[in-house]
Amino acid sequence: MGYLAKLRVWRGDAGSGSLQDYKVEVNEGEVVLDVLHRLQATQASDLAIRWNCKAGKCGSCSMEINGMPRLGCMTRMSTFTEVETLTITPMRTFPVIRDLVTDVSFNYAKAREIPSFTPDPSVKPGEFRMRQEDVNRSQEFRKCIECYLCQNTCHVIRDHEENKESFAGPRFLMRIAELEMHPADEADRRDIAQEDFGLGYCNITKCCTEVCPEHIKITDNALIPMKERIAGRKYDPLVWLGSKISMRPKSKGTPAVPGKR
Amino acid sequence: MADETTSTEIERYSYDVVVIGAGGSGLRAAIEARSRGLKTAIISKSLFGKAHTVMAEGGAAAAMGNVNPNDNWQVHFRDTMRGGKFLNNPRMAELHAKEAPDRIWELEAWGAVFDRTKDGKISQRNFGGHEYPRLAHVGDRTGLEMIRTLQQRVVALQQADSYEFGDPEARIRVFAETTITRLLKDPAGRIAGAFGYIRDTGKFVLFEAPAVVLATGGIGRTFKVTSNSWEYSGDGHALALLAGAKLMNMEFVQFHPTGMVWPPSVKGILVTESVRGDGGILKNSDGKRFMFDYVPDVFRAQYAETEEEADRWYTDPDHNRRPPELLPRDEVARSINSEIKAGRGTPHGGVYLDIASRRTPEYILTRLPSMHHQFKELADVDITKEPMEIGPTCHYVMGGVEVDPDSAASSVPGLFAVGEVSGGMHGSNRLGGNSLSDLVVFGKRAGDGAADYISALGAARPAVVQADLDTAVTEALAPLRRGEGESPYAVHAELQQRMNDLVGLIRREDEVKTALSDLEKFKERAAIVAAPGERAYNPGWHYAIDLRNMLLVAECVAMAALERQESRGGHTRDDYPGMSPEWRKVNLILSLHGDKIEMVHQPIPSLRPDLLDLFEVSELKKYMTKEELAGHRQAAALEEEH
Ligand SMILES: Cc1cc2nc3c(=O)[nH]c(=O)nc-3n(C[C@H](O)[C@H](O)[C@H](O)COP(=O)(O)OP(=O)(O)OC[C@H]3O[C@@H](n4cnc5c(N)ncnc54)[C@H](O)[C@@H]3O)c2cc1C
Ligand code: SF4
Ligand code: SF4
Ligand code: FES
Repeated sequence: MGYLAKLRVWRGDAGSGSLQDYKVEVNEGEVVLDVLHRLQATQASDLAIRWNCKAGKCGSCSMEINGMPRLGCMTRMSTFTEVETLTITPMRTFPVIRDLVTDVSFNYAKAREIPSFTPDPSVKPGEFRMRQEDVNRSQEFRKCIECYLCQNTCHVIRDHEENKESFAGPRFLMRIAELEMHPADEADRRDIAQEDFGLGYCNITKCCTEVCPEHIKITDNALIPMKERIAGRKYDPLVWLGSKISMRPKSKGTPAVPGKR
Repeated sequence: MADETTSTEIERYSYDVVVIGAGGSGLRAAIEARSRGLKTAIISKSLFGKAHTVMAEGGAAAAMGNVNPNDNWQVHFRDTMRGGKFLNNPRMAELHAKEAPDRIWELEAWGAVFDRTKDGKISQRNFGGHEYPRLAHVGDRTGLEMIRTLQQRVVALQQADSYEFGDPEARIRVFAETTITRLLKDPAGRIAGAFGYIRDTGKFVLFEAPAVVLATGGIGRTFKVTSNSWEYSGDGHALALLAGAKLMNMEFVQFHPTGMVWPPSVKGILVTESVRGDGGILKNSDGKRFMFDYVPDVFRAQYAETEEEADRWYTDPDHNRRPPELLPRDEVARSINSEIKAGRGTPHGGVYLDIASRRTPEYILTRLPSMHHQFKELADVDITKEPMEIGPTCHYVMGGVEVDPDSAASSVPGLFAVGEVSGGMHGSNRLGGNSLSDLVVFGKRAGDGAADYISALGAARPAVVQADLDTAVTEALAPLRRGEGESPYAVHAELQQRMNDLVGLIRREDEVKTALSDLEKFKERAAIVAAPGERAYNPGWHYAIDLRNMLLVAECVAMAALERQESRGGHTRDDYPGMSPEWRKVNLILSLHGDKIEMVHQPIPSLRPDLLDLFEVSELKKYMTKEELAGHRQAAALEEEH
């Protein structure tokens, strides 16, 4: 049942690195992370891997397997043939710390610039009333485990370091959409979605959606509807006001939070 | 390179409160401390937003009464005490039941999006041991919702500081991927700081602070088959012991009845109890729904005796009794174990958990999406079509740091403990859903406790002793400095297997004794493990350091398991199968003296008369001695019987 898999794993740090070849035993039902753990335990005790839950729930073990952005703990070895060589590399969009571990602080910096949930201050805790139909959309986006695979994949920043400043990436544009679609939120992030977070850079290629391990329809359900809301506002500011009224400043939307990157 | 690897340089920070752990309890504590105006640091071994709480599935228990208006804190209190077999600290169970609804509503005001009832309130679901539908939930990813909400609340506070001070980290900062290895005290024995290393760089770091809140979670990694993540090496339990605090109830380890059993590499991964709450049933290989054979006397009155009654309960809970699949976890885990032992297990050594034949695919997909995903991706099983194979898995430790119920303070001045690392709240067995609510109820209280302690302390801050700091550095560097030695991975793996085999779900005197003598050998091996390589992100080194904690915890569990000669909740002794009212009165308290763990018997706090009166005396007499019931409103009834 078991066999020896051929692995080619990127080893190195911010300075330099290279692919190294290993042969590691594989048993029935195992995932890539199991095999990397065996590699650690038997041949490379200092191999750096980020992981936590090993159940697809925490979004820590993002890596590129044969060039495909994936979770190591949810990629079964049976999806590959026994003879092929697996090339395992760190996420390309983020700076390497060591081996398969990257510096994802870009994402935390972006998260901190998006104005937080802003409910009507007169609604007391316990008094919120929302219908299931009205929260379904936000709930879909809140399934996000922050694996940053979509961020890693989006071509706007994957090969363009210079765009990182002005583009928040699909995960955080989706966060904006989540708050905008939250029935109890009163801020208006449409202007900043475009101006500070770079929604305009997105040309709806859907690559982000394809790699999302939570199968969130990022492009169709978050990005495109946001684009429509913004187009609607530019055309007629009243169109999208909907039920949100009280806190909304007249001309300009809620500003982005000043960041310290 | 050699210089880099053995450098003893230390980064220093100064805070009012240092919270070790970024799970639900740690984040809630930090939010409270910061809201009280204190400069607060949050430290986490993993990235921000990835702590173990993220894995919680089923929900958070709070008697909001949204689904069944008969629910209230008294009913929740009763259920919690019953689940814990009356060993719970009653004050903690009371505070928990009373305050959980406010803490859940607060999460909603911070942006949590729970599933809704028809009238737009937070929906609540059934769970084992809870009399009414009580768990606020989001599908089967409630922990993710909790941690993300608290994470985003921390961010909101940082944004406020961005505006006020131009610096988001002015008053609350997260130090992710940073591991604490020692707590430090001043000569008077008060907390003065915490020492550790930054995983990314391997550099040492010292946080000077008069108050430290331990929120490090559990110990599951000490066992082979577990639903817990790598973080659960019992660090907080060990840090507390090493700092002079006391641990209690360490013999009580919860084995969740339903973990995956196949394929081998995912053995232990949790299958949420919601599967049963939403209609799933347990069957053996003969196709028999066996739980009806295992309802213990103390629960007889509350559980259905026929399949028909059990099935009616899902739609008409007021006129029918609960299905026995929803007994507290310890009962279900033991029953499954008995079926497997009797040869009625599945091909992969579990039993069947079947929801496919009982609910429509649409229902299963909306109620249990992550379970569907998990089985599909990891085991090629479609749970809308086939039954799952499941078996017990190590899930939660009831034992932990002995704390003051109101303030979460330990016996060491300035040290607080909250969440899974604290003890007392859940007695001998935790009810599902009671952990997530525990985290936020006592998280807030710990933040307040730390703030009150600091105001009482005044201007004089306890100072770290240099010699202690030097010792901490030497200890952390040891595995790197040893050129050659055993692999920490091997010692880990064997320790986990031994604990699983000898101090697992079912315990026996001779086996636990063997475990204790094995632990001595493991200690010797741990002292010579070596971690080649550099300091930056070197998992071999991290594993080597974790071993100290795992071994301390393992010894505590084994010692207490050997001492307690009865079976109760998360402690089952083959050689003492019954529950004893005399043992109910005892907490086993562990502390460290030099390198020796000492254990004492301590009487448990008695139930206040008004809390005692919440139960019928006919129920209490199954657990308590006659003397203890003398103050009960129905005490006279006891006399008449004799
Ligand atoms: C699969 C699964 C499902 C569950 N489902 C439910 C449920 O439905 N309902 C429920 O109520 N409970 C559930 N539980 C239990 C519950 O999730 C946990 O008990 C709870 O989340 C523990 O939270 P915590 O705040 O104590 O710690 P955690 O969330 O575990 O966080 C611990 C933190 O401490 C940090 N840490 C640990 N050691 C160190 C150190 N040395 N230095 C620095 N940082 C450190 C970690 O990095 C982490 O940030 C479940 C548990 C599991 C495993
Ligand atoms: S759809 Fe937009 S955000 Fe997603 S990958 Fe394409 S360009 Fe990037
Ligand atoms: S949206 Fe999907 S791919 Fe992107 S971070 Fe979230 S879970 Fe990962
Ligand atoms: S380890 Fe948590 S998602 Fe893979």
